[in-house]
Amino acid sequence: MKITVSVLVENHAGVLSRISGLFARRGFNIDSLAVGATNDPTVSRMTIVADGDEHTAQQLEKQLNKLVDTIKVRSLTDEELIARELHLIKINAQPAQRGEILTICEVMGAKVIDMTPATMTVEISDSPEHIASFNALIEGYGIREVVSTGTIAIQKGSLTIK
Amino acid sequence: MIRAAEAMVKCLEAEGITTVYGYPGATICPFYDELYKAGSIHHVLVRHEANAGHEASGFARMTNRPAVCVTTSGPGATNILTAIATAYADSIPLVCITGQVSTDQIGCDVFQEVDITGAAEPFVKYSYLVKDASRIPRIFKEAFYIASTGRKGPVLIDVPVDVQNALIEFSYPDEIRMRTYKPAFKGNPLQIQRIREAVNKAEKPLLCVGGGVFLSGAEEKVRAFAKKASVPVVSTMMGLSIFPTDDPFYLGMIGMHGLNSANTAMNNCDTIIMVGARVGDRAVRSPTFLARNKTIIHIDIDSAEIGKNIPVDIPLVGDCTEILTELLEGEYTNDHASWLDDIREIKNKVSTNEMTEGYINPKVFIRKLSDSLPANTVCVADVGQNQIWTCNNFRFKEGSRFLTTGGMGTMGYSIPAAIGAKMADMSKEVVAVCGDGSFQMQLMELATIVQEDLPIKIIVMKNKRLGMVRELQTVNYGDRTIAVDIDNYPDLVQLANAYGIEADRVTTMAEAEEKIEKLVSSKKPYLLECNVYKLESTL
Repeated sequence: MKITVSVLVENHAGVLSRISGLFARRGFNIDSLAVGATNDPTVSRMTIVADGDEHTAQQLEKQLNKLVDTIKVRSLTDEELIARELHLIKINAQPAQRGEILTICEVMGAKVIDMTPATMTVEISDSPEHIASFNALIEGYGIREVVSTGTIAIQKGSLTIK
Repeated sequence: MIRAAEAMVKCLEAEGITTVYGYPGATICPFYDELYKAGSIHHVLVRHEANAGHEASGFARMTNRPAVCVTTSGPGATNILTAIATAYADSIPLVCITGQVSTDQIGCDVFQEVDITGAAEPFVKYSYLVKDASRIPRIFKEAFYIASTGRKGPVLIDVPVDVQNALIEFSYPDEIRMRTYKPAFKGNPLQIQRIREAVNKAEKPLLCVGGGVFLSGAEEKVRAFAKKASVPVVSTMMGLSIFPTDDPFYLGMIGMHGLNSANTAMNNCDTIIMVGARVGDRAVRSPTFLARNKTIIHIDIDSAEIGKNIPVDIPLVGDCTEILTELLEGEYTNDHASWLDDIREIKNKVSTNEMTEGYINPKVFIRKLSDSLPANTVCVADVGQNQIWTCNNFRFKEGSRFLTTGGMGTMGYSIPAAIGAKMADMSKEVVAVCGDGSFQMQLMELATIVQEDLPIKIIVMKNKRLGMVRELQTVNYGDRTIAVDIDNYPDLVQLANAYGIEADRVTTMAEAEEKIEKLVSSKKPYLLECNVYKLESTL
């Protein structure tokens, strides 16, 4: 199963390596790890997506909690979270294909951010599932390069993690 | 304004540190210079940096407070890594100070530079690379706080030489508050009530005590609880000497090298109350199998240990002392009489040991030795067969204390740890038991013993083999023994004499008592070499 965990940590040097080191030595498989500052600049928030069973989820949460730099750890269930990723995608796009690709982008909510005679670069920010659908649609044109952020997640509604 | 290095000494003074173990080098010289000027802290010069860590470990375990070790950068720092990892595995509170190359040179691969906070990361509780000298007072306060609270452990402070020389305003914080680190002490009252009920309901409850009991200082409480609730007791290796060996409730050490009686009780009981024990693989080989049809109660200060290795029915996070105090307030109506009868029967089945002519039987020898030593003895066992012989045969009395490295199994721990233990309390009799393999990993510390004038007693079980590996090769590798013969040298008696240490050798059981008597009555450091048969078995 997919495990999504939000972690608030001290925003100082060495914290990211402590967290990634923990994953390596405890044998957790992480799909993605995204980190950035919060509205409090002394606090960073990480979103970690990992793969594992119930026992792994529990251990992951406990081991993260044990790190001295950790302020708070919260597992998020699929029902309560809104997840987003940002992908930058460079697609093969000859002049004849531009119109079709633009239509797909418009329908799927992607934005063209660069263009050459033979390529288009688009950005899309959405849920991982939606981005997967988008990729399926444009795959046929030939994807030259993809750059993506890890998943970031926030709770639905007015609840916050502090 | 004072030099940051002076501030470092003042921080140690403020923490009540009177002894540090270390080895100097260029990048830690400002700190040593201030130690010299202050004259308030006794510096013990070790003969290898790893031993600085082990000596601090022995000291910390006897005082239950963080002890301090110091090394220079680069090789000095990497040499102490094994001691840090050893302390981490056994949750021993240490504050390790390492010198580091100048801040502007970090990352340039200069002489004696190594990323020690990076290297130590997997086995420190926390570490600091100090870049801002003004933070030194706060960092030291935090380091001692982190090392000594929650699940204890080693904390590393890496201080570049230019940072040690910077000038700072010094004031030591009275207390520390960290938003990230809040160890739990009190146990959840609902869980405590559930444990009381489970103990009363159980027909065959068993208490399993581990090293966490010592770390919490809960030895008396746990003995009182066993008695009040009529629950028999087994111990992990790290929990040995919490209960005197002859305590009627007590069955000995569990695990792959444990006693049959203790393992039988583990298998036959219906409820296990684990206190400060982490269910390590050597103690419980098949935890999931063991947990079937049993109620598992796990009390530990580290919530991550609960449910990590064994499925748990009643988890309880908190400090053992606090929790046992609460548990002792409960009413215990079940006297578990028939189970205690079973236990007595199991305990009476003592195994006999065969004697090999012309050699010392190490098991019988350890029993005799422990009977001759005073009640306030601290016994430190090394790693290998000598450790298991000691664990299973040393008869601990009330007031005795056993030290060993249970988690890491670090050879060369016993003599330095004995040095630290002795210095923590000179009134104790301290005896180190090692093998001829492990002895040779620490023999340089004989110089430290003489330098510090410490009447430590050393037993070397000399079977001219790395016996435990030899046995493993015999049993699991078709007796293809390789790299385990260590032959007949050096002559340990001469070697000890060369250091100025009195020494003797014992070759037959007939002379054992007399030689033990000589060792025990000596007021000076003393080494006794025991001639053990090369194929002597561990169990």
